[in-house]
Amino acid sequence: MKLEYALGAGLALAMAGAASARDLTIVSWGGAYSASQQNAYHAPYMAANPDVNIINDESSNEAVAKLRAMNEAGNITWDVVDVVASDAIRLCDEGLAMEIDPDTMLAPAPDGTPASEDFGELLISECYIPQIVYSTTVGYRTDMVGDTPPTDICAIFDLETYPGKRSLEKRPINNMEWALLCDGVAKADVYDVLETQEGQNQAFAKLDTIKDETIWWSAGADTPQLLADGEVVMGSTYNGRLFALIEEQKQPVAMLWDAQVFDLDGWIIPAGLPEDRLKAALDYIYFATDTQRLADQAAYISYGPARKSSAPLVGKHAELGIDMAPHMPTDPANATNTFLYNYEWWADYRDDIDAKFQTWLAK
Amino acid sequence: MTDATANPEGPILSADGVPLKRSLSRALRRQKLRALALIAPLLIFVILTFIAPIADMLFRSVENSIVPETIPATAAALGEWDETSGQAPGEPVFRALYEDLKVAVEEKTHTRLGSRLNYEMTGASSLFRKTGRRVDRMDESAPLKEQFLDIDKGWGDIEFWQGVKRFSGDYTAGYFLGAADLKDGPDGIESKPESQQIYMLLFQRTLILSVTITVACLLVGYPIAFLLATLPLRTSNMLLILVLLPFWTSLLVRTSAWKVLLQQQGVINDILVYIGLVADNARLELINNATGTIIAMTHILLPFMILPLFSVMKTIPITYVRAAKSLGATDWTAFWRVYFPQSVPGIGAGAILCFILSIGYYITPELVGGTTGTFISNRIAYHISSSLNWGLAAALGCILLAVVLVLYWLYDRIVGIDNVKLG
Repeated sequence: MKLEYALGAGLALAMAGAASARDLTIVSWGGAYSASQQNAYHAPYMAANPDVNIINDESSNEAVAKLRAMNEAGNITWDVVDVVASDAIRLCDEGLAMEIDPDTMLAPAPDGTPASEDFGELLISECYIPQIVYSTTVGYRTDMVGDTPPTDICAIFDLETYPGKRSLEKRPINNMEWALLCDGVAKADVYDVLETQEGQNQAFAKLDTIKDETIWWSAGADTPQLLADGEVVMGSTYNGRLFALIEEQKQPVAMLWDAQVFDLDGWIIPAGLPEDRLKAALDYIYFATDTQRLADQAAYISYGPARKSSAPLVGKHAELGIDMAPHMPTDPANATNTFLYNYEWWADYRDDIDAKFQTWLAK
Repeated sequence: MTDATANPEGPILSADGVPLKRSLSRALRRQKLRALALIAPLLIFVILTFIAPIADMLFRSVENSIVPETIPATAAALGEWDETSGQAPGEPVFRALYEDLKVAVEEKTHTRLGSRLNYEMTGASSLFRKTGRRVDRMDESAPLKEQFLDIDKGWGDIEFWQGVKRFSGDYTAGYFLGAADLKDGPDGIESKPESQQIYMLLFQRTLILSVTITVACLLVGYPIAFLLATLPLRTSNMLLILVLLPFWTSLLVRTSAWKVLLQQQGVINDILVYIGLVADNARLELINNATGTIIAMTHILLPFMILPLFSVMKTIPITYVRAAKSLGATDWTAFWRVYFPQSVPGIGAGAILCFILSIGYYITPELVGGTTGTFISNRIAYHISSSLNWGLAAALGCILLAVVLVLYWLYDRIVGIDNVKLG
């Protein structure tokens, strides 16, 4: 009897809660990244809109597949989804994300510059609102490289100076480009060369030289763990993970910014949301992607804001109190030699080269 | 027995003259219906939530309606085109394409078609995306072929058009061919270039590793189950908890623990180096390869071997072994001739459980398998969640299901499924 009362009361409360607060389901990556969004976006938004209740879903990893399944089932339960740029292109192509007009749907910069100019060339897809620029770069153990710490990306392929295992991502993207760069191909020609069978063979031949000495990772946490345990002498991962490893966990690791590959992370809104939920999602997006909010996020994680107008507002880390600007991948000192990942090209060649890459790996 | 019922010519009749067989089946039918009604909720539940989704997913392995639905007029116009002529299609096809694309761009389905065709022909994705952006600016009154070629030279590629024609039907064998490392090229079915032959290798590896893991489970699990079954109840119950404890621990935790143990700077290697069995510069590679997969999966699947073995062994009276020994058998003969044959049903159950579970395993090979220890399921997961090539994933899944069913049938023929006991 008591139990029934308790259940009934709980149910009534839940229903009352649902009736008064609008739920907004936001999908992201979890971990430190979601925490930074919670602090920089969700918390101030909920403070300003007490009737909105943000529900965090940590499914960005399989967002593309789940959105497709939801779309086919005709029941879209997500309102705003955080994805990387290549996934955003896929979702836009598949008609699963709605098109965004930056100038009417997003906030202008404080000086009045329209959003389309403020984001500039980072608006790589009609459906995508970038939040941050992150980079895939290389970290190395300072105690395992002797007196000659590596200064350029080709250290990965240099087994003589830097013997030991290295870790690279278990996919062709980035690795193929680095292999060609270190095999004498000019930066501007990389994708032209990679388009040809000979170019692909050249990249595989270069990767062959370190294949036996490489641990191939598939989760972003792998390389930091391998570096911390001294399993690898160097390895590629996201710059934010290395920041945490170096500055928060104080591991003897340093970063090699050379030939860092820029990539984007940002929002999409699923296509086919009902009117009221769409309005709520757009309202959230307008707030969460304005200049100040993007700059705020950099106080919690070392990723660069996607708006040009946010860069001067980047301050100190919220807990460590260190200046965040020098840790941004976009900082001029770090960005002396960067590599821009070609989304359109990979959208075409991903299926083909991935099949070849996986076959190469398996043999 | 009277003359009325014993009619050697006709069927046996019941009292009211109806054949006994029919009246019996009528009486039974009601019972069967009632039984059916009782299990109906479960049956409907299973059909709706299990069988129907699987069937729907597997159907995607041949389904290809996106091409004829998105560009119907083009598909029809291509019927007229002779793909062996060595020339790209003419104006009618491009006019049809223009009409189709106008509708498709409106409905935003052209990029979806591009992704679909990109699985077969690299470059189709950007071709459709790029063309879709400009299609409303084309001049209808002028010849369209040139305008298409102006947008992208890819439209003049004969191989591309041959591909579109080949994949313009409602159904396709393309995914199944792809899953078997074959392709439907211009000259009929041929194998893919060696640099892209991966699925057969992965199927083979999945089977070999699964058998290895099953055998390892048996070798490790049999003595443990034997110990559990023969020890006094108090001790064996406590030991059983030790078997079950990892079973209840999260899979990810267990797999991560293996990482800590097996890596080159890990616990096992450290101990081996410390006691001098292995040189410091020649530490063993126990993880990120097939060895890692076998070790971690054997541990994870061990309870599935031990539990059926244990429950079967519990029923074997130990007095039989004593009797054998008292009749002069050695320890080994008593075990091998008396005990072991009685435990075979448990081995059968444990082996089939371990094998079928491991053949579809995904997360552990992904985390500890490196490049040589991954299974076909890892590729299926990739195509479902990352490349969105669900057709190919479904075809791979179909083949895997068929392989399991064939193996099950073989198992039934060789071991006999009646010989399998879970307790």
